[in-house]
This record gives sequence, structure tokens and C-alpha cells, in this order.
Amino acid sequence: MILEANGISFGYKRGIKLLDNVQLTLESHERVGLVAPSGFGKTTLCQILSGYIKPASGQVLLDGKAIYTMKGYCPVQMIWQHPEKSVNPRLRLKDILAEGDEIEERVIAGLGIERDWFQRFPRELSGGELQRFCIARALGKRTKFLIADEISTMLDLITQSQIWTFLLEEVHARNIGLIVVTHSQTLMERIATRQVILAQPE
Amino acid sequence: MNKPVAVMVLQKTQKKRLNQRSQTLLYLTFGSFFLVAITVAGTLMGELAVTTSFTQKNLLPQLAHPFGTDWLGRDMLSRTLKGMSLSIYIGLFAATISAVIAAVLGAAAATLGKKVDAVITWLIDLVMGIPHLLLLILISYALGRGTFGVVVAVAISHWPVLTRIIRGEILQLKEANYIKIAEKLGQGKLKIVVKHMLPHIFPQFLVGLVLLFPHAILHEAALTFLGFGLPPEQPGIGIILSESMKYLALGMWWLAFFPGIVLLATVMLFDLIGESLRKRIDPHSAQD
Repeated sequence: MILEANGISFGYKRGIKLLDNVQLTLESHERVGLVAPSGFGKTTLCQILSGYIKPASGQVLLDGKAIYTMKGYCPVQMIWQHPEKSVNPRLRLKDILAEGDEIEERVIAGLGIERDWFQRFPRELSGGELQRFCIARALGKRTKFLIADEISTMLDLITQSQIWTFLLEEVHARNIGLIVVTHSQTLMERIATRQVILAQPE
Repeated sequence: MNKPVAVMVLQKTQKKRLNQRSQTLLYLTFGSFFLVAITVAGTLMGELAVTTSFTQKNLLPQLAHPFGTDWLGRDMLSRTLKGMSLSIYIGLFAATISAVIAAVLGAAAATLGKKVDAVITWLIDLVMGIPHLLLLILISYALGRGTFGVVVAVAISHWPVLTRIIRGEILQLKEANYIKIAEKLGQGKLKIVVKHMLPHIFPQFLVGLVLLFPHAILHEAALTFLGFGLPPEQPGIGIILSESMKYLALGMWWLAFFPGIVLLATVMLFDLIGESLRKRIDPHSAQD
């Protein structure tokens, strides 16, 4: 499958463009790293690519179909930077995970999620533990592209490496395309097959 | 070798006392029990509140008549309880109607687009902009005073504050990350409302509803006191207070004192129940 961004422009304030005419094409076997300093619109671009935000002009196409107007399960899933904001504080973790698309046992085990976390509420887990649930939730059966927006920033190095080792195996085995945002240059070099740099519009 | 070092412990062994949650539960039970008791007593009283007895008029508070008797020899305790239970019924009815209006308008403002939102926000500002008592008098007067007038006036004028809360709450939820994620995970609209939104809004709604009671009760009493509310033959708290004004100058203080205290206590109990309820079911304020 191919994920295509055609001439994406977007800005939050009238007259100020954050993203201007962004072109990006991504195939299922690729792992693309997004590189830019803070405030250049990496997260915004991630949200546009996964259909959360409608771009001011241009469109995002998945195999020729516009992603923003797609109904039902979105094949492009984004994992957000803040796990504690991405889960409903009033639901137990098992209900949160149940919202995903038939998450396999292999994924749960691979991310190091423990059984007795299922009965807990989000505030009873740490950020790293919550993030594993968010990653697992995004790895549903129908996921074709995965967008990881600084997903391991809050984790210690051992956990980072454990999670990324699993994720790389998983996307490789299932032929899922990956877009990665991280400020860690070493991590970027280790993960991405290709890097895209967002520069300030002239 | 490390020698063990004595460390000063700054913690004192605490006296045994109920924790916050049990304490809150205790308040809640206590408050509800008293209100139910007043209502039941007032309802089951029958004719006692209007029975006159000219051999026993103008009596000071005493064992047989703890609140004294009035110039017609009516027992003030019975009158107060009867009046208070009537007020509680009106408050209950009015608060429920207001809460339903608030829920419908709040949800409509937050979900039906900018134009509907603008109209409803304008309505809120309009109603809140008019002094509340003036609005109550206007509505009650237009509907021909009496029980009907006061009930309708109190019922349809208490919704703005709760509407604002519900509107804000829904708007905030719509922007919440986990709800946007649920949409992208293919969760249906109804499922999102039931699973993600209602559990957040319902506690706010319930607490708002309970905290509307004291307002409704006070406004009903105020309206009646000013003569725009319940008819004089009803033993309303407002009636009792306004009638006893004439006798205060004669030194019959108990006619206003005890009913006034009961009114105040009822309002404060409702407030206590509302606050306890909030602490029990709203996790954000649980530690207050």
C-alpha cells in the first residue's frame, strides 16, 4: 500500500502557514523519520497524515482514497506523545485495549504488558506502562501504516530498546509502513530507512 | 562498617478518625435522612397544621408546642414542617425541570454547530443578565400568581448555570485526545457517547441538580414572602415568615425564628448533600 501526501498546507492562525506544500510518499516496507526542531509542525503533520486534521489545501491519499473522509477503522494509526492524555481516565485498561481492532496476544506479550494491569485504571500505571497499551491499541488487525510521534521519549533506555525491537519486528513481519518522530539522532539512524526534513518555509 | 544512625521521624502517630470518604458518606447519609424525615413528617401530618385552637393561642415554645403557637392557636412546628415539605416538593420538581432543560440545551449548544451555540449562549446571558428575583416575579405574575405561577417561574429560571457547565464539559470532551483516538479506531458515535462522554458528564449533572434545590427552595420562599407566590391559605414557609412579620413587633419572636432556622437548615443540608456527592463521585475534587 502507498500513503501519499499531496501538497499539504496548514496553519493554525489565519495568514501564517505552518506547513506549506508538503510532499511525502511512503510505501509499506519503508520506515521514514521526520526531522525538525520543536514547533515546526511535526505533530501537526502526523495528525494530518492519520486523518485527525483536515489540511487547508492538498490531501492525504491511502491507495488513492482520501484519508480524512474515511469512515470506520482508520488503516493509518497514530500513537500520541502523551499516553496519559490518550486514554480515558475512567475506563479500565482492558476496556481501553478492547477498543483496538482484535489485538493479538503476541503483541501484548511482545510489549511486555502484564496481565494484572488489565484490571487497573490509567492513573494506577506509569507513563511508560500506559504507552505500551497505546502502542498495542494502535497495532490492530487492519492497521497498515503506523505513525509514532515521540512515543519513547518518556521511557528509560532499556524499555525504549525493548519496545523498539518489538515494533521493528512487528512492522517488518506485517509489512506495516512506519513514520517516526524522535529527537534522538541515534534512535532515528537505527530505525529509519530514510529521513525527511521539515524546513522553515521561505 | 556502617553504624546504624538514629533518624528523627517527623510523623506523629495520628489520632484515629474517619477518613475523608467515610466522613463524606456520613454527611451524605445524615443530610438525606433529615430531609426525608422533614418531607415525610410534613406529608403525613394531615390537618394538624391548619387546626386552630383559641384556647392555646400565642403560646411561647414549650414541651407540647416546641415551636410555640400563633394567633389562631395553630401549632408552629406542624405548620413549619408542612410548609417545608411543600417547599421541598416544589424545589424537587423545579430543580428537575431546570436540570432537564439544562441537559438538553447544553448538549445542543455543544453538538449542533456554531449557530445553535450562539443562540443558546445568548439565551444564557440574557436570563443571567436579568436579576433573578425580578425574572421570577415577572413570570409568576404573568401566569396569574398562585401555586402554578411560582412553580413554573422557579422551574424555568434555574437552568443557565448548569447549561453552561454541561456545554463546557461536552466541548472539552470533544477535543479530548482519547475521544479522537476512539473515532479513528472505528468506534461508533453512540458508543463514544455512552462509554466516554456520559461517565464524565453524569456526575457533574447530578451534583448540579442537587445544588439547584437550595436555590429553588429559597426563591420559592422569597417569591411567596413578597406575595407573588403561594396563596395565603397554604402553609408555605414564605407565607409563615411574611405573616409573622406583623407579630414580631408584639414580641412574638418564635413565629419567625423557628421557621427561619428550619428553612436555613434545609438549604444548608441540601448544600452539604451536593458537596458530599461531588466529593464522592467526582475524582478531580475528591481530595479537596
